[in-house]
Amino acid sequence: MNIHEYQGKELLRQYGVAVSYGTVAFSPEEAVKAAKELSTDVVVVKAQIHAGGRGKAGGVKIAKNLDEVRTYAKELLGKVLVTHQTGPEGKEIKRLLIEEGSDIKKEYYVGLVLDRQTSRVTLMGSEEGGVDIEEVSEQTPEKIFKEIIDPVIGLTGFQARRMAFNMNIPPKLVNKAAKFMLGLYTVFIEKDASIVEINPLVETGDGNILALDAKFDFDENALYRHKDIVELRDFDEEDAKEIEASKYDLSYISLDGNIGCMVNGAGLAMATMDTINYYGGTPANFLDVGGGATAEKVTEAFKIILSDKNVKGIFVNIFGGIMKCDIIAEGVIQAAKEVSLNVPLVVRLEGTNVEIGKKLLNESGLNIVAAGTMADGAKQIVELVG
Amino acid sequence: MSVYINKDTKVLVQGITGSTALFHTKQMLEYGTKIVAGVTPGKGGTEAEGVPVFNTVEDAVKATGANVSVIYVPAPFAADAILEAVDAGLDMAICITEHIPVLDMVKVKRYMEGKKTRLVGPNCPGVITPDECKIGIMPGYIHKKGHVGVVSRSGTLTYEATHQLSEEGIGQSTAVGIGGDPVNGTNFIDVLKEFNEDEDTYAVVMIGEIGGTAEEEAAEWVKANMTKPVVGFIGGQTAPEGKRMGHAGAIISGGKGTAADKIKAMNDAGIEVADTPSVIGETLIKVIREQGLYDKCKTH
Repeated sequence: MNIHEYQGKELLRQYGVAVSYGTVAFSPEEAVKAAKELSTDVVVVKAQIHAGGRGKAGGVKIAKNLDEVRTYAKELLGKVLVTHQTGPEGKEIKRLLIEEGSDIKKEYYVGLVLDRQTSRVTLMGSEEGGVDIEEVSEQTPEKIFKEIIDPVIGLTGFQARRMAFNMNIPPKLVNKAAKFMLGLYTVFIEKDASIVEINPLVETGDGNILALDAKFDFDENALYRHKDIVELRDFDEEDAKEIEASKYDLSYISLDGNIGCMVNGAGLAMATMDTINYYGGTPANFLDVGGGATAEKVTEAFKIILSDKNVKGIFVNIFGGIMKCDIIAEGVIQAAKEVSLNVPLVVRLEGTNVEIGKKLLNESGLNIVAAGTMADGAKQIVELVG
Repeated sequence: MSVYINKDTKVLVQGITGSTALFHTKQMLEYGTKIVAGVTPGKGGTEAEGVPVFNTVEDAVKATGANVSVIYVPAPFAADAILEAVDAGLDMAICITEHIPVLDMVKVKRYMEGKKTRLVGPNCPGVITPDECKIGIMPGYIHKKGHVGVVSRSGTLTYEATHQLSEEGIGQSTAVGIGGDPVNGTNFIDVLKEFNEDEDTYAVVMIGEIGGTAEEEAAEWVKANMTKPVVGFIGGQTAPEGKRMGHAGAIISGGKGTAADKIKAMNDAGIEVADTPSVIGETLIKVIREQGLYDKCKTH
């Protein structure tokens, strides 16, 4: 789960991690009011959306007076910002962060992420801040430093200092930088983050080290123990169909094709998308109905798939292991009746009680195309959609 | 022969009184798995599906000699259940539970260093040696006893592949689901090593998916060490970057973990990769025919 920059900065502030000062604003009036309370003449007006690359896309403005704050706030609010991370459709700006201008001397990068190879949280740092870190890692990998953290001891002082020295932070600021990193690690662990990125971390003219940006991603599986983080969720930033699916414990991801997919199991769901592509079609979604799907869940899954106007056909691919095919068949029949299905439907059933399941579908009077294998089903739906 | 589990394996079910665990305990017993004990704190002294229930893993091991545990404990308590199995010195703990917070697993992995217990999972379908021992949630009937080892990050995709093999008369030695989480106990290389050493395994099917670099590392290992043919499949070849595909570990981020990279690494290691999941069985048969292993692998 992602949060906004201003929320991330508030979280860091709670942990004593140095950040630039600012306030969120939802209207030009609020933006001006927030700017008045700041101590600097120069004010930064920053679009708050869940995507990187805002600066390059024109979502960050420097205002020299209150009139400019108002002008920029009016310009940005309601505007659709397209960055390299939003996709071509972009994201509408609904919130702004009004922040004190900083006297930036140098920009750095620090981040914390899980390293899958070592199964440890890893601190990453570089003196190449303010730019796309993935490019740095590709072009000059020697400029990225890593510290692998023992979960029992946590990030140690010497590791944080070593990182600061490696990043070429001026020696007199190394202790401030180390304190920053130690605080960052504490937030990461205590809030079950999966990624924290500070890009840039800046050295200011008056000798401070602070976060100019803050990107957080949290482990969805740990949200049950962080009610405060759950409250930061901004539903405007998420796909409506994905939100609806999560209510029914369905794992759904919107894609841009026209063949709706309903599958049990994440691996099989991915492989089904691959197979549709292999035969020249494009999937409209990833959807794993899970191991314990009921007729009700199958119905909801159908409704969500059909709420996507791009869907021109549906492929149901079920390998019933513990889940029985007759239950799935009942769910499909019930759903098709409830939602008055008017696009082609191909169903491939395999596994426990497959014969009963197929019989139910055949006798339902519904216009269902039965497929023998996954490949056969994919081929048929691609042909039907045309 | 087989790897990890066989007809003599004595199984303990952690969280046995939960509804999912009860259902699968019954299924495993019907398959012939020797389930000797269950554990649910506070329910010690009772029985579940005719299996004696204990308060702690330690008590259960002392009383029954159980050597492998299977964990169905809900996610918030599952990491603790793994630690308890490790502390009791079991040979293996197979964790079925999904949605365990990843930082819990980071601690578990650290705790397990230097301990004897092997963890399989979490978020996995389990391990099965056909006709001998089924531990987990996979449907037993799709498996046939034989000589092909199967190792996979995905549950249903494993069923798909195994079913194809069985339909073609190619039985399996053992099928191991290593799970779809970013931090897991047993990786591809661990299982490939076992299959390489197992006299009764003649070929291996390896099913990976997008995210991480476990498949690339496994391919390196295969290139250097494997003496038996391996065929593979990678799920998520058409998944977009930055979208988590159901499994916590199935995500392409920072340009890493793409299917194309994995397939290339596998091909470089001499692993033939099936184009679609529907031809995993066919691909294996083609390879074992080429290597003169088909007759040895044809079991029924």
